[in-house]
Amino acid sequence: MESREKTNNNILEVKSLTRKFNGLTAVDGVSFNIREGEVFGFLGPNGAGKTTTINMICTLIKPTSGNAKLYGFDIVKERRRVRNCIGLVFQDPSLDDKLTAMENLYFHSRLYNVPRETINKRCGEVLKMVDLYDRRNDLVRNYSGGMKRRLEIARGLIHYPKLLFLDEPTIGLDPQTRNKIWDYIVQLKSKQKITIFLTTHYLEESEICDRIAIIDRGKIIALDTPSNLKKMAGSDSITVSSDNNRALIDFLKDNFNINIEYDEGNEIKFEVKDSSSFIPGFIKNCPVRILSISARHSTLNDVFLNLTGKDLRDSDASKRDRLRSGMRMRGRLRG
Amino acid sequence: MRELSGIYIIWLRDVKKFLRDRPRIIGSVAQPALFLFVLGTGLASSFQVFGSNGGKDFLYFMYPGIIAMTVLFTSFFSAMSIIWDREFGFLKEVLISPISRVSIVLGKNFGGSTIAIVQGSIILLFAPVLKVPITFLSVIKLLPVMFITAMAISSLGIALASRLKTMQGFQALTNFFLMPMFFLSGALFPLNNAPQWMIFMARINPLSFGVDAMRYVLTGDRTLQLFPFYVDIIVIVGIIIAMTLTGIFLFRKQE
Repeated sequence: MESREKTNNNILEVKSLTRKFNGLTAVDGVSFNIREGEVFGFLGPNGAGKTTTINMICTLIKPTSGNAKLYGFDIVKERRRVRNCIGLVFQDPSLDDKLTAMENLYFHSRLYNVPRETINKRCGEVLKMVDLYDRRNDLVRNYSGGMKRRLEIARGLIHYPKLLFLDEPTIGLDPQTRNKIWDYIVQLKSKQKITIFLTTHYLEESEICDRIAIIDRGKIIALDTPSNLKKMAGSDSITVSSDNNRALIDFLKDNFNINIEYDEGNEIKFEVKDSSSFIPGFIKNCPVRILSISARHSTLNDVFLNLTGKDLRDSDASKRDRLRSGMRMRGRLRG
Repeated sequence: MRELSGIYIIWLRDVKKFLRDRPRIIGSVAQPALFLFVLGTGLASSFQVFGSNGGKDFLYFMYPGIIAMTVLFTSFFSAMSIIWDREFGFLKEVLISPISRVSIVLGKNFGGSTIAIVQGSIILLFAPVLKVPITFLSVIKLLPVMFITAMAISSLGIALASRLKTMQGFQALTNFFLMPMFFLSGALFPLNNAPQWMIFMARINPLSFGVDAMRYVLTGDRTLQLFPFYVDIIVIVGIIIAMTLTGIFLFRKQE
């Protein structure tokens, strides 16, 4: 595939991309780069502007201002070239369910001008990858939600895209299927040399990304590796109960300089920088008998909470959004 | 080459889905059959009651009109499948692909038109049963006329569908657009003696020209013509060009 001279290994360069809908700013001056070969994630609540950003980069909608270059191609002026080098798995289903899996893939291959003699081979390859080869001649309407999603991922790969977009790839799926989809994505990351740009509002899922941008109200509020982001949230929290909590509090104060106010409860909660290195030393020297101890690592939700003052899960629960995702789910089940 | 491949695959999808959809094929034959055998035969015999001896000729008159009706409904509904594709998300898969909007509009148009002439041709099989005299040569002449009529209606439907976001809008179109277009086309009754406003409506109705041309090639009778044959053809081709360009423009404009 053709490409422009590139000065670095950025496959996508986004510069202050903005999109307004009737005065409402959905995406507000977003800038970031995606490096070749990485899995890059957009994490944020529903309505944060993730899909709008993707739609702009994929040339489906035009930015109000700002620009982006994919593989050196301008997303406004060279739409056709941009479309040629991306694969896209939409948030909402986009298969023709009155055609078979193979027919859907064949349709896609012809649209992307995959050489005729290689179409069958490639369709076979991608179908095997997502374990749908045996059902390739079934009508898609007889597929389950998870199978449809897998087929869409397979379809996105047929024309060997430079960059694969996965917009909420597991939305509306049950946890088991969701795990399976993520297995495929991890597998994809290791086996194929492909760059992936995904969006999600599930915290656990964003952990497989090499880098994550946290997005809220149309703005990127943090961008780093998952572990660095978690360090930003600061500390891990530890919960201990012992047969003498008062002595334990004194011990913590004297040895670790941790101040806790005594309360009548039988558990003591405090925070440390790194629980995994703290706990062994703590247990070894503790003068009282410990009945139970548990540690909770900081999560990306804590990062989000820290940055925005609200919970990631709560913030996407506006009524309209819930209605929308409900409809989306029905869309997936419709058949 | 890429564009041809795109047009071909969009055409193929529509044709394949049509051939797979038995109920649709049967349904779309049942309706014109009802019109011809029940309404047509009934009206023809009632004309004899009223004393005119045009009863036999009425079926002969109505027959090309029903073929036009089949072409109208089939190609219009085909174009409306764009709304379905939008609702079920498939349209995005097409719009995000590297093929041009021109090819999308043309592929869709050829697909709908192909299905329409297949459906229209099925109605030709009724001719012997109804004792409507048609010749092999007239059928050969009818096919291209059917095709361009279908193209004109398809391109009109595609231009409309590019602006419609929901199936509700489609219902409204059927009632306020499609049915009047059918009734005021001269398909069911001759417009020569109709009131002035009706003749005016027929003159601005795209389907009238298709009905007119089809009736001429099937019957060879000039007395029932609203327009000369060459005018019909020029107008139909003009509609195809204008509506295809409009459709392409609207598809480009939308996001």
